[in-house]
This record gives sequence, C-alpha cells and structure tokens, in this order.
Amino acid sequence: MCLCRIGTGVSGARCSRLARHSHQATGRTGEEDFLSACIRCGLCVRDCPYDTLKLAELGEDGPATGTPYFTARDIPCEMCDDIPCVAACPTGALDPSLTNIDDADMGVAVLVDQENCLNFLGLRCDVCYRVCPVIDEAITLETSHNTRSGHHAIFAPTVHADRCTGCGKCEQSCVLPEAAIKVLPTHLARAESADHYRRGWEEKEANDGPLVDGIIDLPDRLPGPGTDNLATPGGFEPTYKLPGATQ
Amino acid sequence: MSARTHLPVGQEAIAIKGWIGAHRFLLLRRASQLFFLALFLVGPWFGIWIVEGTLAGSRTLDILPLTDPFVLVQSMVAGHWPALTALIGAAIVVVAYAVLGGRTYCSWVCPINPVTDAAHWLHVKLGLPKGWQPKRNTRLWIALAAILASALTGTIAWELINPITILHRGLIFGLGFSLALIGLIFLFDLLLSRQGWCGHVCPVGAIYGLIGTKSVVRISAANRTACDDCMDCYAVCPENQVISPALKGKDGTSPLILSPDCTNCGRCIDVCAQDVFHFTHRFDNRIGALADLSSAATIGAASPDNGSTHHAEIN
Ligand code: SF4
Ligand code: SF4
Ligand code: SF4
Ligand code: SF4
Ligand code: SF4
Repeated sequence: MCLCRIGTGVSGARCSRLARHSHQATGRTGEEDFLSACIRCGLCVRDCPYDTLKLAELGEDGPATGTPYFTARDIPCEMCDDIPCVAACPTGALDPSLTNIDDADMGVAVLVDQENCLNFLGLRCDVCYRVCPVIDEAITLETSHNTRSGHHAIFAPTVHADRCTGCGKCEQSCVLPEAAIKVLPTHLARAESADHYRRGWEEKEANDGPLVDGIIDLPDRLPGPGTDNLATPGGFEPTYKLPGATQ
Repeated sequence: MSARTHLPVGQEAIAIKGWIGAHRFLLLRRASQLFFLALFLVGPWFGIWIVEGTLAGSRTLDILPLTDPFVLVQSMVAGHWPALTALIGAAIVVVAYAVLGGRTYCSWVCPINPVTDAAHWLHVKLGLPKGWQPKRNTRLWIALAAILASALTGTIAWELINPITILHRGLIFGLGFSLALIGLIFLFDLLLSRQGWCGHVCPVGAIYGLIGTKSVVRISAANRTACDDCMDCYAVCPENQVISPALKGKDGTSPLILSPDCTNCGRCIDVCAQDVFHFTHRFDNRIGALADLSSAATIGAASPDNGSTHHAEIN
C-alpha cells in the first residue's frame, strides 16, 4: 500500500512537519525512503493549490534540507481529491500509486494534552472532530461518565490511527493557544506491537474457536456492581462460549 | 618579453576590439545566466509559469522535464528507483551537455559561477596569493565520495550542502540561511583557494566534465601561429591547464581544446587580441586565421596573401 508520510523536525521549540509521501519499502521507514527519493525540486510545492508545502531550509532539519514539509498549525493539507502534489513529483518520492487521498499517511494526530483539551474538561468544543475530513472514521467522540460533575458526559476526541491521514486540520483548528491535538510522525505517535503477541479475541474469531484445544475459559472479573459474581445483575457473560462448557 | 606583458590582462584586446568586443562572451554568459535564472523566477515573482522547479528538477511549459543527473544518480544508489519523468529529464540533460560540452553548464547556467567569478575578480584586484590548491581531480573524488555516502546513508548526500541548488532554491523559494553558504564559497575562493571551488571542489562540475568528455562543441586555437605569448588567455581561463596542449602543440597536433575541463566560457576568445581562439566542433582540426578559415571557400585567392602578411608580422 502506498503511504504519504510526515516527518517531524523537532528542534528546540520548533516543530515542523515534513511531508514524506513515499513507498513503504520493506525494512526502511518511509522517511529514509523519502530522503533517497526526493530531489528537492519543489514541483510539489508549486502545484499545491493551498500553499501548504514549503521546502525545508538549510539546517532546519538535517538531512531533510530542501525537502518539502508543512506546518499543520499554519496551513494543513486540504486533502485534494486529485492530489496535485503527487502528480507533480517527477521522481515518485510522493508515491504515484496513492490515488485516494484518504489512504494518505502523513502522520497521525495525537491528543497530546488531555489536561487542557476542552472536551476532556467536560465542555463541548468538538472543533477538531468537526473539521476532520474523515470525520467519524479518523476521529470520533467517545463518551464517558464525567466523575467530577457526576451528571455530565465527557466527549473524548479519539483518533483512529489507521484512518487518520495526518492532514493536520485538527491541529490547525484547535482553539487553544497551543494545540492540544497534534500531528506527529507515525514512528513517534505509535507504539509497535511485538511480533509474538496475539490478541486472543482476534485469534478466536479468525480461528472460529480457541487456538489451544481444551482450554478452560475462566470467569472474567470486570468493574461494576457485584463484579466477581457472575450471578449478580451487571456481571459479565463471555460472548464466545466454549463448546461443552458448563458454567 | 616586452613591457606589454605587464599590461593589465585584456587591455590589448580592448584596444583592438573595443570593450564590448573584448567582453562579448562574458556579456553573453552573464545574459545566459540571468536568462536561466529569470526563467525560474518569473513564475514565483510574476506568475508567468514557464519553468517550475529548480535546477535539481524542473518542468518547462508543463511538459519538458529536466533533472540534474548527479542528483538522480545519488538518489538511485541511495535506493530509490525514480519515476520515468525524472529519468527522461536526466537523459535530456545528459544528451544536451554531451553535445554542448558538459562544463558549459558551469559557465553558462550555474548560479554559483557569478559568485566565484566575483571572488576571482576581487582576488586578482587585491593581488592575493594563490592559496591552497588541491589537485584538480579532487572534485572527482568528492563526487565519488558523495555517491558512496548516498549509498551508505540512503540519502542524497551532496544535496545536504550543494550550494548550487541551495542558492537556486533560496532565490526561487525565498532566501534565508542559504546566503551564508554562498558567502562562504565567496570567501573560500577569495581567501583560501584561488578558483578553488569550481576548479577543485565542486563535484557537480566534475560530473558535467565527465558528461562532456566527447562533446561536439569545442574551442579551437586554430590561429595559434598568431599567438604572441601575451599570456592573457592563461590569466582569464578558470582551467588554464587546458590551453597549452592546443595553443602550444607542435605542428600536426590538434588545435582543439579537448580537455573536458574547459568550461566553454569563451573568455579566451574575448581576451585574445590576436584572435587565436574560436568556437568550433571537435572534428574541425584546421589551422589558420579565423578569417582564412571562413573565407577560404569563397575567396580562395585572398587567403595566401593573408597568410604571408601574418608571417611578415611575426618575423
Ligand atoms: S493534497 Fe493538496 S493540499 Fe495536501 S499537500 Fe497535496 S496539493 Fe497540498
Ligand atoms: S516534487 Fe517530489 S522530488 Fe520534488 S520536492 Fe516534491 S517530493 Fe521532492
Ligand atoms: S490529522 Fe486530524 S483532521 Fe486530519 S485526518 Fe487525522 S484526525 Fe482528521
Ligand atoms: S564547477 Fe560547480 S559551482 Fe562551479 S560553475 Fe560548475 S557546477 Fe557551478
Ligand atoms: S579554454 Fe577558453 S573557453 Fe575554455 S575554460 Fe579556458 S577561457 Fe574558457
């Protein structure tokens, strides 16, 4: 799959985002790939109708001198349907196989500061959520109980990394003086699961049963009234029942 | 040697051909450098989009792609197989300079050339010492090192510091720190190493030199019998080691300047009061005065006369 990536040059207080649209070659990050592919011609910069892209100045971002980047807080990517920046690139540094801008991967938005995010404080700001071009897919509002007031909800802006393009519209629009939601390069924004980890529930689904024959499903304890007693109302019943299980 | 050797370089040529005549190719070259820069600048400055991009890669009139071959080679060894557009762009550039003489790029297009020329001018004015002079082929080693570094680091290594594209980008996308780098090159050529940058360091020039090894367009010292050893051409030539084989060659040797180091700047033509040099092609081995060469076919009877006058002068 082709990916648009963003890198970040974090130098001191500065944080500029480098548009790193590139092949995701095996064993190399998109950023390394991009540095071998972009000849710093600036044709993408010229063809971006929103003046989003800039070329990095000497010394701004080490090896990325001269490569295109954008600062989401100033001018985010407007996610053009026809992706003129990619069409302009003569080398394929911006991957020509990217045809649907919703598949772009310029980075991932992260709600970096829950303590100042107005929604987390119990208000209904929702601005980042509303401006997202992939609203309700890349970013959703997850409700939870507001324990401070006792009778309100918290609508937590929640980014779903696999759908977020990293366009930065949310970061640009955050109403706070310094955005509480920021687009980070994927390698900073995301953890990496170890190869040997399996998610039991996914494996069960894929396998149509547990991977290990004869495994015993022990009672799960969840918070709530009467948590360790399955007989109590509010207790938990597993969705998948082991064949022949008596409990 | 008479007092004439102490005349300032080019004075005799100015006296004979007039100031304009003695600076013809210099003026043309400045015009050409400005022209190529302007092609790139009228877009961002006035919205007239003839050429977009930079010297590293550009698109003319929305169709013609051009790519810097040295940048592309680094990109390829760094592990990226470029899209067809870039490959075509590089092929066009290579073919053009293979015909025109690779280092024609250096003297007619490169935006650093006016900077290093200015440094040289001041250097001569101030009478500064030659300074550090690394071997000419140092630039080839630098080119090789840049290619190796690209392969090892997976980045386009020379582009980190390439002042040509940094200046060009700076001019087109807005100057910032790039000016400082250009200042450094100026100071390097002025204080550390006379004509050091283009002559000994720049790997881009080195690669263009390689591209133009067999180029068709060449300078010929066809009229070398008229040379009166004023040494002005050696004084103005940025690569003066290329002159001797052509100018001082024994009878029967080619009068062509065949070294790919020659930048085809034409300053030797300008500065020579005896009209020894002229532009020609690499298959033109004729020797004789320019006037003879061009008129020989039409007014055959006139040329022996001319020839004998020359001999009389020399004697
Ligand atoms: S998708 Fe559109 S707005 Fe975004 S960088 Fe490319 S050209 Fe600019
Ligand atoms: S068009 Fe491609 S090669 Fe040119 S600056 Fe943009 S990403 Fe780099
Ligand atoms: S960066 Fe923000 S606005 Fe853009 S897709 Fe991701 S969540 Fe939505
Ligand atoms: S040697 Fe390099 S800097 Fe000098 S004119 Fe040639 S390309 Fe430009
Ligand atoms: S030989 Fe003449 S044309 Fe060639 S570089 Fe020297 S001065 Fe320029």
